Amino acid sequence: MTGFLNDKAVERLRSVGALPEFSGTRYVLMDFLARGGMGTVYAAQDKTLNRRVAIKVLDSSDHCNALEERLLREARVLAQLEHPGIVPVHDAGTLADGRVFYVMKFVEGSRVDQFLNNVSSLFERLRLFLRICETVSFAHSRGILHRDLKPSNVMVGAFGEVLVMDWGLAKILQPDSAGRFEETLGSSEPLCTGVTGDSETQITSATEDGVILGTPGFMSPEQAQGKSSSLDARTDIFSLGKLLEAILKQAKSTTAVRVPRALRAICQKAAAESLSGRYASVSELAEDISRYLDGMPVSAYRENLWERAQRFYTRYQAAILLITAYLLMRAIVVFFGRH
Amino acid sequence: MNKIVLGLLLGAVLGAIDGGTAWFTPAVRPAIVGIIFGSTFKGLIAGVAAGIFARKVNSVPLGILFGLFVGFVLAFVVAYLQHGYYFEIILPGSIVGGLVGWATQRYGAPSTATAPAR
Repeated sequence: MTGFLNDKAVERLRSVGALPEFSGTRYVLMDFLARGGMGTVYAAQDKTLNRRVAIKVLDSSDHCNALEERLLREARVLAQLEHPGIVPVHDAGTLADGRVFYVMKFVEGSRVDQFLNNVSSLFERLRLFLRICETVSFAHSRGILHRDLKPSNVMVGAFGEVLVMDWGLAKILQPDSAGRFEETLGSSEPLCTGVTGDSETQITSATEDGVILGTPGFMSPEQAQGKSSSLDARTDIFSLGKLLEAILKQAKSTTAVRVPRALRAICQKAAAESLSGRYASVSELAEDISRYLDGMPVSAYRENLWERAQRFYTRYQAAILLITAYLLMRAIVVFFGRH
Repeated sequence: MNKIVLGLLLGAVLGAIDGGTAWFTPAVRPAIVGIIFGSTFKGLIAGVAAGIFARKVNSVPLGILFGLFVGFVLAFVVAYLQHGYYFEIILPGSIVGGLVGWATQRYGAPSTATAPAR
């Protein structure tokens, strides 16, 4: 008890006090959605256009110029990345209470790991993973690294659309041909100390080369060492490898199907410890997955004769069965015709 | 190569081979040339039908079923006209239809819409 208020009431007052102040804007706060890399995401109503939107607001407790700048940069990065797999940004600004925010499309759907609980087909899972690859590959083509790819940052919409979320840790590698993204994140990215994002994402203490940004279990070794200056597309490829591993592990636990060796090899190559051991680009990784789906050999795995025969049979199963049936029947006809 | 041409060629080739297997039945050996021609023509029709179906429906199982059905109908007509050899004609004829149905689903370029010339 605190005076005449009980603990519950104090807790409620505290949570209401932490809510962002939207007065003076065209948005009406509706609901809490999630905690992102740097802030909290709320559902809100856009009064002017009369539609539901999602608003990411910087946490007041983590308030500092570097984080404000980072949130705005995330909004700018998202605004430049026009792709069906990336949530469009509608607006950005500062609230009356001084907190920076940006407004994006409200996505109805579920996290990829939750969505996949109802998907038993390995092929469906791999097709979904390919769509994640497409989005990341697009971002790479625009000179952007995501740096925090993990199941909780991928959403599947109500109509099956796959969206890569939370670009808060994105790194801009170079300006594109159109001259966009002139700002770059240097090796020593300015940050408030002790900042944490969602429950998994970590932004921790500075090293000689920079800061450690990412999620343990999904971040590459070079990310974990804080070598932010040496990061390239292969950093995201490592995370994609770990993401694929998680997707396959989940498939194994829900369907009790053994993950094929070729797929395990693809995961291992994508998430190799050394940079040189990984796929050079996301499209290379996606191509290997596509080849697996088409019943073709993958570059990551050298199969033996028996495995090759098995794959050949799986690929041409219908034709092999039809030809066998034909030959068998012809043999029977010839045999009975002679006797 | 589009699906109809693929079906036509494959149906003709498989039909000819299928007709050629009649050589193993001594009783019909004297009529082998006619059988090969007839079987080739039958395969050709089944192939074109399977190719047209493949352009409209994109499903391997349905393609095989359609091919089996067309092959069955054509082979039945031939066997009926022959007044015999139902088993020897219908079963292989149906399977050849199924094979062509499978191939037209898996291979061959889908139809491409071309803009009208101005």
